[in-house]
Amino acid sequence: MEQKSLSDRIWKFFSSVKLAIVVFSLIALTSIVGTIIEQQAPMETNMKVLGRIVGESAAPAVYSVLNALGFMNMYRSWWFLSLLALFALNLLVCSIERFPAIWRIARTPIKPLPPDTFKSMQMKAELSLGEKPDLAREKAIAAMKSIGFNASLSGEEGGGWQLYSQKTPWSRFGIYMAHFSIIIILAGAVLGKFLGFEAFMNIPEGSGYSVAISTGGVSQSVEAERDTYMQAIDASNGDYAQAAQSLNMPVKDLKTQLLKAGIIPLGFTVKCLEFDVDYYPNTDMPKAYKSHLQVIDGGQVVVDQWIGVNKPLRYKGVTFYQSSYGPMGNYANGIAMLTLKSATGQTQDVSLGLGQSATIPGTKTVVKVGDFTPALAFDDSQRPYTYSKMMVNPAIRLDVTGPSGSYSEWVLQRFPESWRLTDGNIAQFNHFWGVQYTGLQTRKDPGVALVYLGCIALALGLFMAFFMSHRRLWVRGIPEKGGTRLMVAGSASKNKPTLERQIEKMISLLKEGGR
Amino acid sequence: MQSPLFFGISSISYVVAMMVYITYLAFRKNSIGVTATAVTIFGFACQTLAIGLRWIEFHDTFGMSWLRSIPLTNLYESLIFFVWCLILGYLIVEFKFKNRSFGAFVTPVAALALLFINLSGMSTEIEPLVPALQSNWLLAHVMMSFISYSTFALSFSTALMYLIITTDKKSEASYIFWTAALGIFGAVLIAMGIDFIVNFKAMSGMKPEMFIHSYLFKSTFLDANGAVRLVSYLAALGLVLFVWRFGSSLKRVIGNFNLSAEMLDEITYKSIAVGFPIFTLGGLIFGAIWADQAWGVYWSWDPKETWSLITWLVYAFYLHARLLRGWRGHKISVVAVFGFVAVIFTYLGVNLLLSGLHSYGSMK
Repeated sequence: MEQKSLSDRIWKFFSSVKLAIVVFSLIALTSIVGTIIEQQAPMETNMKVLGRIVGESAAPAVYSVLNALGFMNMYRSWWFLSLLALFALNLLVCSIERFPAIWRIARTPIKPLPPDTFKSMQMKAELSLGEKPDLAREKAIAAMKSIGFNASLSGEEGGGWQLYSQKTPWSRFGIYMAHFSIIIILAGAVLGKFLGFEAFMNIPEGSGYSVAISTGGVSQSVEAERDTYMQAIDASNGDYAQAAQSLNMPVKDLKTQLLKAGIIPLGFTVKCLEFDVDYYPNTDMPKAYKSHLQVIDGGQVVVDQWIGVNKPLRYKGVTFYQSSYGPMGNYANGIAMLTLKSATGQTQDVSLGLGQSATIPGTKTVVKVGDFTPALAFDDSQRPYTYSKMMVNPAIRLDVTGPSGSYSEWVLQRFPESWRLTDGNIAQFNHFWGVQYTGLQTRKDPGVALVYLGCIALALGLFMAFFMSHRRLWVRGIPEKGGTRLMVAGSASKNKPTLERQIEKMISLLKEGGR
Repeated sequence: MQSPLFFGISSISYVVAMMVYITYLAFRKNSIGVTATAVTIFGFACQTLAIGLRWIEFHDTFGMSWLRSIPLTNLYESLIFFVWCLILGYLIVEFKFKNRSFGAFVTPVAALALLFINLSGMSTEIEPLVPALQSNWLLAHVMMSFISYSTFALSFSTALMYLIITTDKKSEASYIFWTAALGIFGAVLIAMGIDFIVNFKAMSGMKPEMFIHSYLFKSTFLDANGAVRLVSYLAALGLVLFVWRFGSSLKRVIGNFNLSAEMLDEITYKSIAVGFPIFTLGGLIFGAIWADQAWGVYWSWDPKETWSLITWLVYAFYLHARLLRGWRGHKISVVAVFGFVAVIFTYLGVNLLLSGLHSYGSMK
């Protein structure tokens, strides 16, 4: 007996609203700390933050206390995850606890109200009609219909009758759905954590990789071996067996080593053909970052697509997001992609490395790529210099040799007016290729579908719970001298004034007809 | 474009409306009340037109699709939209509850916010969108967030008024709470006003975000001079004590508005009940979907996300405490006040005080 009461008490504890309120507060309060302390940041960053709040002298002590409590990465700490688990358990137990009652009230068909209950209902009205009960009944049915209730009929002793009807009883499930949906969302998050991965790929223009690097940190010793594994896996296009063979190790060992080194084989290759930044005209405001990607699976190009921020690529459950870019360091290997146009309108596309030259079609003018800078600017004495290592204003110096003599001219990719050469020919500078990498956030999350499903259920549930109500309406007719006495009763799970107004409307309809 | 002109007209309309509403409170004549409402509606129409014109201007200048051109991408634009929602919400309440008393409070807030921006000469240029903001989710996410913020603002003011008209004793916890809340609120506003006056020159042509970053509280609570800091804190404390001492006169003023405590409590609950589902869908869910599209993570615990979750939890607390634990009166009103504090922090505090993905730096 005693054991049962203990389990009862535990059940009661987890199903209580009090627990929910306490858990809400704890999650909210601890989360505040996590927004002030920068998460997973270097120690100096948070020392500075704490220094500003508690003073320089106290900062180290406060830091070590918070650090010991896991606040530097609190959303993944055991106690915060336990709070979330407690939240989920509370929801689950509440859901199980309340389900039978909600099911009963929503699924049980509406029944006639016992005659003596009419008087005790909160929402009620009475009126007399001049018609005989049968005629009055037909009028009442029509009046109920006019406010959207389809009445059922049951007879009463002594020639009386009762009409009853209900609307949207299923809206009772709204609250239930909203609560249960949060469990679904949390389940989706857990599923994604265990069966998915979060990684990144930095792919130089012209290259393709078949592995991604996990975002979670790894120890330095394995990081050193990473390249060896990566190359082996890459050479075999993600085929473990082949890669293991080339490394002279069993497949099983390779898999554990890869896992340790944070390398995730994709099973297909992602190639970056080109990376570009578009700017708003005449500004340095980037308008778009975009990468031309190809997915190569089983030797075939299966996807060929430009991606951008807000426009990711999805293939076999893995999603690639445009998230960063940067220079590879050596601009000397780059190739200038130009469209040469003669003054008479003949055009030709050419790709020239540094020091290479081409003839403008239909002319005797030769242009040579003499120099490249990723960020061209001119100083006070009009001498060119490079102001950034990033490709913010790429320019090439064209050394032009033609009938009108030899000269040099800077051509800037972002400024079409600089493409027109002194002799009237045009060297359209499209792109400087092969010197940048595109940074792709790479993610597989099998839980995301569940999360989305939960979100839809949450939204529907809340809208049902707050904007709809289960309304019930009873009308009773009792024969009286010279006509029929009508008693009306209603109940609504919420938004009672709406039903009250509907009942008023129905009554005025009934009275009108009586005259 | 004509949008500044119409913003100006709407600000002036709101000032006029405020004066008419106050006259109405004094004389209680129906014709004055109708005039006040008419002026407010006129101002609202001008503001709607101005927002529409700015939308068109945005679309024409940057060649983005209509959904992505909505002028809601910086502090200036969001403030204007917030004012718009506030006036709309007020008009709905006026219509539904047949009570014009709030008008005298809502219209000056709207007018001040608009005039402040117009007079300061801060940069109101339209700006191109950084790549992360170019999404069709922008419209739904930001708009619904602001609609819910406005309903929460309404619940905040009614909850505060509830506390004001139902507390008597100076030693009562609820009385101390509302006087302190109002006092701190006033102190913050005054401090901002001082920043504004002291640095008036520096402001012209500056973006509001930059101004707040560089000057907020730097002339008072965060002044380099320790004496100024001390005086500022003492003055703030003085203001709180002043409100505490003379709070009963405010109660008398509000007591004249024909507002019953039950009605205030009901408006507080109703506006939270409307705002909560909208906030959940537009703020949290659409935000998560957008983050999933743009950054590849639907939830990354960055400060903006975390603060919107905190806000959500506070209002979830409110609903559970009220509907299931039967909290009423002072206790539940205090929760509603805290809810809006969380809203303000989500909207302004995170962007201005904390860092995160939402500061839309470059790409990362």
